[in-house]
Amino acid sequence: MDDIQQILNAMMREAVDPKTAAVALAVIGLNIHFGYTGLLNIGQSAFMLLGAYGFAISITQGWPLPVAILVGLLVAFVFALVLGVPTLQLRGDYLAIVTISAAEIVRYVGRSVGVEWLFDLTGGAQGIPGSRYRDPFTDLSFFGSGNTTLLPFNYLDVSESPLLRLAGWLVVIGLIWAAVQIGRGKIGLEGGARTGALLGLSLATILLVFFLAPVAAQNTGVEGWWFTVVAWVIVAIGLLLVLGLTRSPWGRALKGVREDEDAMRSLGKNVFAIKMQALVIGGLFGAVGGMMYVLPSTVQPDALGRNITFFAYTALLLGGAATIWGPVLGSLIFFVGRAAIIAGANTYLSSDQYINIMNRQQTSQFAFVVIGVALMLLVIFRPQGILGDKRELRFNV
Amino acid sequence: MSDATTPTQPRGGLADPAARRQLMSGVTPEPGSSKPDPILEVDNIVRQFGGMTAVDVGHLEVQRGIITALIGPNGAGKTTFFNLITGFDRPTSAGHGAHWSFDGANLDRTSASRVAKSGMVRTFQLTKALSRMTVMDNMMLGAQNQEGENLAKALFRPFWGAQEKQVEAKAVELLDRFSLLEKRKDYAGSLSGGQRKLLEMARALMSDPKMIMLDEPMAGVNPALTQSLLGHIQSLRDDGTTVLFVEHDMHVVRHISDWVVVMAEGRLVAEGPADTVMSNQAVIDAYLGAHHDTDLGDDALLSDATLEQLEKEVAEEEAEREEER
Repeated sequence: MDDIQQILNAMMREAVDPKTAAVALAVIGLNIHFGYTGLLNIGQSAFMLLGAYGFAISITQGWPLPVAILVGLLVAFVFALVLGVPTLQLRGDYLAIVTISAAEIVRYVGRSVGVEWLFDLTGGAQGIPGSRYRDPFTDLSFFGSGNTTLLPFNYLDVSESPLLRLAGWLVVIGLIWAAVQIGRGKIGLEGGARTGALLGLSLATILLVFFLAPVAAQNTGVEGWWFTVVAWVIVAIGLLLVLGLTRSPWGRALKGVREDEDAMRSLGKNVFAIKMQALVIGGLFGAVGGMMYVLPSTVQPDALGRNITFFAYTALLLGGAATIWGPVLGSLIFFVGRAAIIAGANTYLSSDQYINIMNRQQTSQFAFVVIGVALMLLVIFRPQGILGDKRELRFNV
Repeated sequence: MSDATTPTQPRGGLADPAARRQLMSGVTPEPGSSKPDPILEVDNIVRQFGGMTAVDVGHLEVQRGIITALIGPNGAGKTTFFNLITGFDRPTSAGHGAHWSFDGANLDRTSASRVAKSGMVRTFQLTKALSRMTVMDNMMLGAQNQEGENLAKALFRPFWGAQEKQVEAKAVELLDRFSLLEKRKDYAGSLSGGQRKLLEMARALMSDPKMIMLDEPMAGVNPALTQSLLGHIQSLRDDGTTVLFVEHDMHVVRHISDWVVVMAEGRLVAEGPADTVMSNQAVIDAYLGAHHDTDLGDDALLSDATLEQLEKEVAEEEAEREEER
């Protein structure tokens, strides 16, 4: 039971990690591109990297925090314009090619050492250490110092008996099952009651999970609660924005562009402008995600490379494209699932106590193998993702 | 449909067949003739694909308030012509005398979306229903000048909530008229081919177009639905909308069109009222070939004299064509 508890704790740490929230933000942006507008952007990492560079370099130049954030957003905005003006007039595949190469160009320029003034700003492949730009953000914290465990009381306060935890996890499964039933409309709840029930169930599940797998962290330090809370609050704001935008006529026009550009032209819509707006907004989400991603670590161009883009796509397809909650759920499941496989493999496949067939490096690669297989199964058996509407995929022309 | 005997009005309300006949009686039935009140005027539109000239229209006027049919055999360039005047394609002659205007506004350099905004809305031969959106969303997209489509206002419902309600009411009314109302929550991709045609026409009407351009509205539609489509097209005309539609089957257009324009091999070959244009020699040639009534199995043809006669005719025709070019 202790082994399992440790795996669960590792999963929880990953779930509240600000980096998970940061990628979730980038996935929200990607959802606007790919899910709603049908723009095949394979360079979301470049938006993140540019946002991160703009932010970090501004602070190392001694500019105040709000200016630095604006600079990060502005860089991503200009990048979106530069990408969009030549490609959005063309067919969708061109955007895919241009974005992936642009992302590589940005990464290689970031890690280049040839130009001295550039190297002084970006630090080449080593990047900019977090300690050089993190302080203005950390100083804003009103959480004080010290350590906090997320819930003031957890299973240890009640009993250490494994039975209690087992019962608790069964309740969690029951709550999720109930939420799924309501979500699928199997239980006759409509409108506000349904939303309320879903929110209540989610909240109860989250609290219970924290009760069963307590996470302790510093209040303000790196990877501390201040980072976590800010990151997830930004995710929540982002979700509200996307909710508002996609429920508006503008969101309807996005979907129309995804379905058929010529039809939209024949209805008098400026398709280029709509696509450009979507590219910019999704890119800005990516930039904010990039800033959040580097705050607890360093601005390293290789850390925000193709991998992140593909993780983001995996998370998006997993959660369900063109849904509000899909990006967040997908990111959580992707990163928590990966943490679970790594921790599980570390415990059971890489220790003398059980089976010892791989070393620590291999367990992390093993996790990707499992994720790859899982993704294939997902695409075959549930192509719409967890939250997607099957009808939105089935009638693909 | 057209049973009312209201007197002719300057714009719209040409519901009386006699009034329409009288209106068009002064027009000479020849290609490129001028109309009393043209809504669309086209000059010198040429479109070449490589060495092949798909469209070569010298002059065409489309009369306001009536149903004009653009017919022609397969490959006559009807759809290409549609694409050109609606901004979905650029004429090869753009900048060299190509000129077309709609309702007084010059369209020479106008993008497809602006053409639609100016009141000339088209549908497509292969329907472009937005499959993965509901029928209702399809309809709502058709409305013009929606405040909520402005990104700056999209987040704030007070800016567009009232307009959205109006648009929705209008969409419901149109869907009801096209008997699609009970389908409004279904995805458009689940509709049948004929229903998609209806949806596309209804969606085009959401913008209150001055002129609606239908590209083969009857293609792939069963006879019963064809009748109701024809009825809808006529009631559009009676409500004052100008209709221009493309069709390759002459018989479909005979009943409803007030004026027929015939295209063949990219050119206008004839114009005129539906009942007379069908007997025009150029039209018959275009559809059936000049020698359509010659029985190729007839033994008499095998005599040398007949063969010589036919060869002479062919040579004359070819010389004529050369001259035209």
